[in-house]
Amino acid sequence: MSDHIIRLTAAETAAKIASGELTAVEVTEAHLARIEAVDEKVHAFLHVDREGALAQARAVDGKRERGEKLGPLAGVPLALKDIFTTEGIPTTVGSKILEGWIPPYDATLTKRLKAADVVILGKTNMDEFAMGSSTENSAYGPTGNPWDLTRIPGGSGGGSSAALASFQAPLAIGTDTGGSIRQPAAVTGTVGVKPTYGAVSRYGMVAFSSSLDQGGPCARTVLDAALLHEVIAGHDPMDSTSIDEPVPAVVEAARNGSVEGMRVGVVKQFRGEGYQAGVIQRFDESVELLKGLGAEIVELDCPSFDLALSAYYLIAPSECSSNLARFDGLRYGLRTGDDGSHSAEEVTSLTREAGFGDEVKRRIMLGTYALSSGYYDAYYGSAQKVRTLIKQDFDKAFEQVDVIVSPTTPTTAFAIGERADDPMAMYLADLCTIPTNLAGNAAMSLPCGLAPEDNLPVGLQIIAPVMKDDRLYKVGAAVEAAFVEKWGHPLLEEAPSL
Amino acid sequence: MPGITREEVAHLARLARLELKPEELDHFAGQLDDIIGAVARVSEVADQDVPPTSHPLPLTNVMRPDEVRPSLTPEQALSGAPAQEQQRFKVPQILGEE
Amino acid sequence: MTTTTDLVSYEDALASYDPVMGLEVHVELGTKTKMFCGCSTELGADANAQTCPVCLGLPGALPVVNAIGVESAIKIGLALNCEIAEWCRFARKNYFYPDMPKNFQTSQYDEPIAFDGYLDVQLEDGETFRVEIERAHMEEDTGKSTHVGGATGRIHGASHSLLDYNRAGIPLIEIVTKPITGAGERAPEVARAYVRELRELIRALGVSEARMEMGQMRCDVNLSLRPHGREKFGTRSETKNVNSLRSVERAARFEIQRHAAVLNDGGTIIQETRHFHEDTGSTTSGRVKEEAEDYRYFPEPDLVPVAPSREWVEKLRAELPELPLVRRSRLREEWGISGTDMQAILNAGALDSIVATIDAGADAASARKWWMGELARAANESGTALDGLAITPAQVARVTELVNAGDLNDKLARQVIEGVLAGEGTPDEVVDKRGLKVVSDEGALTTAVEEAIAGNPAIADKIRGGKVAAVGALVGAVMKATRGQADAARVKELILQQLGVEG
Ligand SMILES: [Mg+2]
Ligand SMILES: [Zn+2]
Repeated sequence: MSDHIIRLTAAETAAKIASGELTAVEVTEAHLARIEAVDEKVHAFLHVDREGALAQARAVDGKRERGEKLGPLAGVPLALKDIFTTEGIPTTVGSKILEGWIPPYDATLTKRLKAADVVILGKTNMDEFAMGSSTENSAYGPTGNPWDLTRIPGGSGGGSSAALASFQAPLAIGTDTGGSIRQPAAVTGTVGVKPTYGAVSRYGMVAFSSSLDQGGPCARTVLDAALLHEVIAGHDPMDSTSIDEPVPAVVEAARNGSVEGMRVGVVKQFRGEGYQAGVIQRFDESVELLKGLGAEIVELDCPSFDLALSAYYLIAPSECSSNLARFDGLRYGLRTGDDGSHSAEEVTSLTREAGFGDEVKRRIMLGTYALSSGYYDAYYGSAQKVRTLIKQDFDKAFEQVDVIVSPTTPTTAFAIGERADDPMAMYLADLCTIPTNLAGNAAMSLPCGLAPEDNLPVGLQIIAPVMKDDRLYKVGAAVEAAFVEKWGHPLLEEAPSL
Repeated sequence: MPGITREEVAHLARLARLELKPEELDHFAGQLDDIIGAVARVSEVADQDVPPTSHPLPLTNVMRPDEVRPSLTPEQALSGAPAQEQQRFKVPQILGEE
Repeated sequence: MTTTTDLVSYEDALASYDPVMGLEVHVELGTKTKMFCGCSTELGADANAQTCPVCLGLPGALPVVNAIGVESAIKIGLALNCEIAEWCRFARKNYFYPDMPKNFQTSQYDEPIAFDGYLDVQLEDGETFRVEIERAHMEEDTGKSTHVGGATGRIHGASHSLLDYNRAGIPLIEIVTKPITGAGERAPEVARAYVRELRELIRALGVSEARMEMGQMRCDVNLSLRPHGREKFGTRSETKNVNSLRSVERAARFEIQRHAAVLNDGGTIIQETRHFHEDTGSTTSGRVKEEAEDYRYFPEPDLVPVAPSREWVEKLRAELPELPLVRRSRLREEWGISGTDMQAILNAGALDSIVATIDAGADAASARKWWMGELARAANESGTALDGLAITPAQVARVTELVNAGDLNDKLARQVIEGVLAGEGTPDEVVDKRGLKVVSDEGALTTAVEEAIAGNPAIADKIRGGKVAAVGALVGAVMKATRGQADAARVKELILQQLGVEG
């Protein structure tokens, strides 16, 4: 019975709870049992809030019994990336520097989830401060990819993607600064959406790179992602960069998947050296599939995309060097060296040295360098110009097409430890995802098959213009349906049982 | 573009308040040099007459009315403090200027 | 740190060098909430009771701009004859300091909201000097640290420090002048007059009370010297947080003398931060930093640009109150007083009180007389500012009304004011409680006059004999009998009338 529950989609689960076929407590207990059974191996969670989740579930059941109105995802369990503040629940951002920190406030996203009666199971593992593409940079140890536990589940949101792929939760939240929702989705055979920048509030989401960070939904199906998208998106007066416009009708789009008559762009810059053959093969098949579904394919040239990775590795570190300055050991979190012999300034330096991992230190120093006088114009300034060019390339592209498609990531999941000592190799994982973050528009990754050479999932990325997030779901739902029909089942059913 | 030296890494570490160990200075000097060498490509556009983009979306004038909202309680504010005294954050001696 | 500094005399310094000044003033706005969060700015709260995730810099928190903070900045810019940016951004100024929760200050860098203006200031002799304004920009204040364990609560020797972030995030406007040249020996006076004029302007705009003694307005004095005839500026020193008008003048004067001494000795001035000491009137060098500050400014990605519409700016311009300099020359004309008299009123900080008293119904001469006389004395004795006295302009106006109606004479009026200042109630209540009304009952006065004449026959004879000056003794007797509550002029009239003598 409980294996049946954990394999339901969020939409099905919500329907069964609403009809009384299942209680929220049953659903929550089934997932807690699954976590208990498999998470020692997967390590998707940093913190499981057993009591809190059950209390939330009981509240949902109480509401239903009293005939009160339930939200579309009432009682559905969710795994929350440990980057969103949760009042009373530890929030570490995968860092030692915040070990044991219990925020005194909820992120706007956390509040929205609670208000929608979604059951928060716990907080998921991530690369420290969301810096990484493998979750190996977590101070609390790596997460395994449920398809092969010796491989990475993507990053930074590897905990969330692994939780979905191992059926520990039907829904999860990620954040995407350079691909941290889409790349983990791609390598775990799940669905992840980076909404338009400003669509989901960043208030209470611990900042990595403010102008790039965007929270978004993670799920196993396109419709589930849309349902979650609708819960978490919308204007927030606490976030100055939040868009004050109605959320696009993503659920409706997901229920009416179609690419009939749509123009779909293929960017020539998104292939070539560094792309795994099996990834390109599955991508080309996806393009054929789209054609077969009635889409018109348009070749696009976006020359500035070749500079995107470089611009990203200047802008993101610059902003992070400033955003992470607040971790100084004085007001919260770790404090090191306070033995009476060190000044406040020394304690700050000792704390940061002890509390941050290598990747975080590297990016802080890189950003400090890019912003320092004498280098600003050549590095940070030029990177901002590249950003303009990328926006212009997207603008031109979207004059010709409705959406763009590409592989989500050049390779399938690599082995844990394989790229740990080679930052530049690690950075290549985000080659296809980064332009979207720089331009602020929306993108999704969904499974498009297994690479023949390693039998690991390949992700198809769909990119839409700013505030046209609904197009992702319309196209995504059509592609998903066609693939499921072709395979005879969802891709995740091919994943090994744990 | 100039290479990153060990001394430059030490300077960056001081600006960023990181008490790096000697072996880290060497380690990071090599890595930062590689990364900066790679990303320096962006300066290809330095001469181009394009405006810089600092915000992905062209929003302006987002302001709030000057109305008081509830603060945290001092207990909440201090809840994460590594040390406190007299309802204040207690920190080691500050070497800064008077 | 406290090495004694050789000085040359002020006159000698000016004989060889020409001072160039730059003044940076920080004004704390009087908004209800902080610049980027909804925490109250009310004074006197418990430590850390006015903090939230935003102003504590908690992970995840984000700023949102206070609209009144922006409006106040524009008003200040307009009053300083500045241009108002059509589009500008906030920037992060990155440096670590325990008072500053995010370890960056949200400020403005190369895109200030207001720039290129000027402020005309009036010197003691009435001469006007134009100070050019470089920029006025928005930023936020820091928290407050208390140093524990040292002898005097100072940083040195302290064992640890305690931080209160109630003040962190309170809106500041930083106003920076262009280099002030051409003031010559009057440079320190110009500095003081500028800061005072700016303070008056800020108050007139209603954007801050600008009380320097409470840190609501703080001034940094940058000063350099150059030999007469040389175009190029010398190296400047930056004297931080000079917090009274008098200190601004003294700090500038001291630095002129100190720089001259260094330069005369063939030394070089190092660009450094200096601290002013109220007690000695001198400055000392701050901690010498090993490396030059590199603030790594960049546009604040958590805030969007501010683009004040021209309609908004013009509306604010139209709503600007009469500015202090204009108002002062208008009042001077209306009251018919000299520039020196006006200067004295300003120095006493009495202008607003006098105007308020006139607005409450008093005539200008009486209002000036009370505030510059009796009340200035009382303020001086109790060491408070005039507007800190326990009497309102309306109450002063009431006293003048009683005097003009003949209900009080000056002597009684002084007693009434004394009573009000002592907390005995309103002027009318003090009159009642102390029984201070002028005896205006002619019958009672006539009786008292008759008694005085009868009691002093010799004096009465003298007066009858033509020695009118002797009437004073009889008036005195009547006043004594009426315990001072008679109108002395009327008493004199009655005595002369009784004795059949023409006054
Ligand atoms: Mg400043
Ligand atoms: Zn606050």
